[in-house]
Amino acid sequence: MSDIKNIRDQFLLKLKNELSLDEINSIKTELFGKNGQISSLFKTVGSIPESDRKTFAADLNKIKDELQSLISEKIKEIETKEVNQKLEKEKVDITLPGRPFVRGKIHPVSQTIDEISSIFSEIGFSVEEGPDVENEYNNFTALNTPDNHPARDMHDTFYLDENKKVLLRTHTSPVQIRTMLKDKPPFKIIAPGRTYRSDSDQTHAPMFHQVEGLHIDKDINMGHLKGCLNYFIKEFFEVEKIKMRFRPSHFPFTEPSAEVDIGYEIKDGKIVIGEGDQWLEILGCGMVHPNVLKNVKVDPAKYQGYAFGIGIDRLAMLKYGINDLRAFFDCDYRWLNHFGFDPLDVPTNYRGLSR
Amino acid sequence: MKITFNWLKDHLSVSAKEEKLLEKLTDIGLEVESVENLSEGLDLFKVAKILKTEKHPNADRLKVCDVDVGEKEIKKVVCGAPNAREGLITVYAPPGAVIPKNKTKLIIAKIRDVTSYGMLCSESELNLSEESDGITELSSSKYNNSIGKSFFTQSSSNLIDLSITPNRPDCLGVRGIARDLAASGFGKLKQIKDQKIKSKKSQTIKVKITNEKNQGCFSFGSCLVTNVKNTESPKWLKDKLISIGQKPISAIVDITNYVMIDINRPLHAYDADKIEKGIIVRNSNSGEEFTALDNKTYKLDDDMCVISDDKGVLGLGGIIGGTRSGTEMDTQNVLIESAYFDPRSIRRTAKRLNIDTDAKFRFERGIDQLSIDEGLNKAAFLIKEICGGEISKLDIQKISTFKNKIIKFDPNSFENITGFKILTKDMLKILDNLGFTCKKDKKVFKLSIPSWRPDITQEIDVVEELVRIVGYDKIKIEEPIKERKKSTLTQTQKLFHFLQRSVASKGYLEAITWSFTDAKYNDHFKGQNDELKIVNPISSELGVLRNSIFSNLIMYMSKNIDRGFKDLSIFEIGPTFFGKQPGEQNIVVCGLSAGKKSRLSWLEKERNVDVFDIKKDVVQTLVEAGYDAEKFFIDDETPDYYHPGKSGRLFLNRGKESVAAYFGEIHPNIIKQIDMKTESLVGFEIFLDNLKLPKKSLKDQKTKYSVSDYQKSERDFAFIVDKKIKVQDLVNVVSNVDKNLISNIKVFDVYEGDNIPENQKSIAISVTIQSQEKTLKEADLDQITKSIIETVENKTGAKIRS
Repeated sequence: MSDIKNIRDQFLLKLKNELSLDEINSIKTELFGKNGQISSLFKTVGSIPESDRKTFAADLNKIKDELQSLISEKIKEIETKEVNQKLEKEKVDITLPGRPFVRGKIHPVSQTIDEISSIFSEIGFSVEEGPDVENEYNNFTALNTPDNHPARDMHDTFYLDENKKVLLRTHTSPVQIRTMLKDKPPFKIIAPGRTYRSDSDQTHAPMFHQVEGLHIDKDINMGHLKGCLNYFIKEFFEVEKIKMRFRPSHFPFTEPSAEVDIGYEIKDGKIVIGEGDQWLEILGCGMVHPNVLKNVKVDPAKYQGYAFGIGIDRLAMLKYGINDLRAFFDCDYRWLNHFGFDPLDVPTNYRGLSR
Repeated sequence: MKITFNWLKDHLSVSAKEEKLLEKLTDIGLEVESVENLSEGLDLFKVAKILKTEKHPNADRLKVCDVDVGEKEIKKVVCGAPNAREGLITVYAPPGAVIPKNKTKLIIAKIRDVTSYGMLCSESELNLSEESDGITELSSSKYNNSIGKSFFTQSSSNLIDLSITPNRPDCLGVRGIARDLAASGFGKLKQIKDQKIKSKKSQTIKVKITNEKNQGCFSFGSCLVTNVKNTESPKWLKDKLISIGQKPISAIVDITNYVMIDINRPLHAYDADKIEKGIIVRNSNSGEEFTALDNKTYKLDDDMCVISDDKGVLGLGGIIGGTRSGTEMDTQNVLIESAYFDPRSIRRTAKRLNIDTDAKFRFERGIDQLSIDEGLNKAAFLIKEICGGEISKLDIQKISTFKNKIIKFDPNSFENITGFKILTKDMLKILDNLGFTCKKDKKVFKLSIPSWRPDITQEIDVVEELVRIVGYDKIKIEEPIKERKKSTLTQTQKLFHFLQRSVASKGYLEAITWSFTDAKYNDHFKGQNDELKIVNPISSELGVLRNSIFSNLIMYMSKNIDRGFKDLSIFEIGPTFFGKQPGEQNIVVCGLSAGKKSRLSWLEKERNVDVFDIKKDVVQTLVEAGYDAEKFFIDDETPDYYHPGKSGRLFLNRGKESVAAYFGEIHPNIIKQIDMKTESLVGFEIFLDNLKLPKKSLKDQKTKYSVSDYQKSERDFAFIVDKKIKVQDLVNVVSNVDKNLISNIKVFDVYEGDNIPENQKSIAISVTIQSQEKTLKEADLDQITKSIIETVENKTGAKIRS
């Protein structure tokens, strides 16, 4: 017993000193090596008289555990210290720039189309599309705009053939025709897309974007039209109150027809939608003309409904304070970067249209 | 359509303010485009007298005039008019005044070293007439006591410009507008007593309308006024025309214009003495020519409606008169024409000859067929009143008779369409005010449509009239129901939006460019496609439909590089065209990336963007969209606008059904030809229409989850192969050795050069081997290693590198 105690005291003392890793390891060998002091004592266990053997073994084990754990603690301590010293040398200037990243952007028109789709999705509209090149029938005739109609003058049309039979669609309304010819009523669709008119100045571009809306069912009236657009405009501009004015107008494919103005004012050089006493025209709409329904084999005695056409670029300009329409299509890196949206900003219903 | 409140009051008894008028006009669908105060600033123009003229010291044709403008100080004005002379009373505009004709604001100016304080004005500059040869000459007897007074009498009525929709020809006359206003409760329409001609003299110029196919003239009324003295119009008439921005010309012309604007009745006045024998209204013959009042000579086709005499064409009916028979100041006998021309015929002719006139604008929208007499009466009396002379009886020739349309109208249709009710009594009152006559016929009404409303052809048009007059503000808002019965987007539309945002998330800026492009650029990228020309492009630079998005994108990329941006990526998703028929178009996602990676980086070495950067973007985008990269098959057959050695074609699977994408360096020759200054330019095209929709959609259950936790082993191989062997093929051979055990293959080195025989290369791969069932023993691994080497050597002719 005293042997064991001596060894313990002796080594506890040794281990109190400031030691290097090598020194600790040699202590470890001294104790637990093949011929180490503790190892040797274990070998003697068999020769201890039976009466004392149990106590002896127990004491020996206790001392062994105590010293072993002390040694590994010591080793850990030294290792930690060494690592810390090493890390201290590895310090970088963390203010140096990281690896560069490039940020892509979504064009404001695309973002606006997604916003519009999201809003109309909520009230049950689905998205339809049609080709950019249209025949004269779908673009005009089927829409109750015969060849001799002065309303055709309002559409400065790009033609693809001398006979004026194929053209670049001047509005998204031909998608109404395609949709109604393809399916049976009821219809509840929007159709966003590119449209073309041979017009080019600060406020007109030869290509622009429209979204068409069409809702045909048995009992759809002008009240529904007003409700739908009122809802849309409020949601789109993300304002509580909106001033909206329906004004009689004329489109060959709707009767009665209306143009819709929204109230605005200029505050600190910026346009504020929904307030003020200025009016801004933003869309055309009306009840689908019975002649149009007849043209697509829908019985106007049974079905009726409304259609509307909204200029998407114009909406984007108003909402996001963009002044020049031409710049939309100029592809200037700086402009795209400034007015574009992060691709992760997907307009959704639950999260809201914008952050 | 330009009107003034004052003119409206000729037809409307009303006491309301102009502000209310403007509101009401817009409310009933006669949109007010602008309101302008024409007389603003006109008070600056003074009656003035030239006291003295001297030759300008430095200019032969100029004079320096001392002008009395009614102030103490005499003004010095430099003037170039030949008629500027001592004693002349004229119109003086001081510095600050705005000249009506060209809207320039006068300043005190030095003209060849002589300071001129203001200007003496010609009639043309004042918009009084076309006279521009000299300054205005005012009669000294009339104006001698007015020196210093304002020349213009102030008009309090603003010029109101209305945007009249093409269905409302009746509102191209002041009376029509007044009628609409009265129906909506804004004032009361004045009943104007028709003054009828009671002449015994007959109209001596014979008129005939030929009855032939496509005859564009249905009726032709005329009245001869003899022994007139054409003159300047009286002040009331001049003021009226000036008030709506028109220029008075002579009494006869002004009267026809006045009647046209007042009641939308276009007229034409001929100098009767210049008509050879009689008038024949007929179709033109191809090749006929005539000189119109716009001083242009027109060559006619077949079947255009012309007014002619024995000598030939006098004018295009309802469009424009000719110089040969026009009235002038010395005209003694006037034939007034009041006719009805078919809108279709007018439109066709005007379009073919590219003429636009006030008369054409009105006739093509439809003129009141019953207004022929009224127009003749009105004009003839005015001519007699102003120019004297004797009026003949009216002569009316016609080949068809007008009958008012009758429409059945069910009052219930109003509520069906508008969603709100009004009393039938109120409906009838509105219709009556608008000129309809209503007869009850059981539960519906039979409406006789007024002759001035060609736009009203069916019941729905009547509903429109009613709701327009009642007011759109009465329509109730029906809140939409938030219910979705059908999914908003189709799978393809979802894919479109996904690809769009996926590409953008890789650092590309989305651009939207025209669907048309410059043929010069398109040429580089059109491949096997035909050039698709637009017949009437906005400019030659936008003359063709794009066969590829690259044409526009590369042009704009080049512009951005010229702006000083070196490293940038842009893309567009949109249509490209392969034919001129509807539907001959594809949706393509097209991107370009230029410049370098890690330019001026403290961390990494800079390098040009390359084909493997763009390949990564394409593959990653497709994988994100749900396609399996393991199945992709890539070869090097690409269109010739790509670098032939550094570009690829990607299929979704080995079946090579349709091309999913191209990617690669843009051909250096193209970059050179368009003079683009970049170190590197790579691009890609993903063909949305060629992407079969992924079989599994997100809503479907995912495949069974199974992973192996058994020991993985990696074995490296280096094969020497023929240069032509593609890595894709080698990897494919290896993976097919044992699909159960080989879980991954990585290419970690490709080497040609020293120690490798010519025309050969070394490909080093690392193969991950793992079993789903057990830990593989050394012997199993040796077995598969051997098998890999043997198979590759057999199938590709490769040799393992020892």
